[in-house]
Amino acid sequence: MTITLNHFSAAAVFALFASIVFGITHRDTTREMVRYGLYCFAMFLGGVLVAGWAMWVVRR
Amino acid sequence: MANSTTGKPKVAPIETVSLMSVLAPAVGWLVPGAGHMIQKRWIRGLLLFLSIVTLFLLGLAMQGRIYRANGGDILDILGFIGDVGAGGLYILTLANDWGQGAIAYATADYGTKFMIVAGLLNFIAIADAYHIAIGKKQ
Repeated sequence: MTITLNHFSAAAVFALFASIVFGITHRDTTREMVRYGLYCFAMFLGGVLVAGWAMWVVRR
Repeated sequence: MANSTTGKPKVAPIETVSLMSVLAPAVGWLVPGAGHMIQKRWIRGLLLFLSIVTLFLLGLAMQGRIYRANGGDILDILGFIGDVGAGGLYILTLANDWGQGAIAYATADYGTKFMIVAGLLNFIAIADAYHIAIGKKQ
């Protein structure tokens, strides 16, 4: 079985699973875990979008 | 003048190694999330298992390449260190001769990185399981 993901979906999948692990392992209470996981996910995806637009600007 | 050498010598606290502090990281390395599950952190363990295993399997399905111990190149050695963190998944992959992708296109390279990151995330999960075992974390 072969899966082909585009760049953004690969980054989104990566961000989702990495954020879950970060949230669980870096915080103590359930509430903090959820909040930190969401924060990491937003930072991952936000970083992807910012980097993408930065490359678009550089390329022009 | 007080002589500091006459006082009782300070005795270093004895650190006891419990069975769980050894077992949890070992089991957690072999099966991602299992180190949490044997300490009755079922939901955390299940989420870690699903996240790490899915990331690793997606990497395989994207035709990612698995690194071996005798890579030679320093980057190959670093890749091997990342991959070996996945424990049982890495052993299973080597045993079945999977992960032989030639990295002919970009997403295959993403697959390789997915597997390395899955292993590295499992290292973090192992450390967390150890901290729970020694009582540093709930």
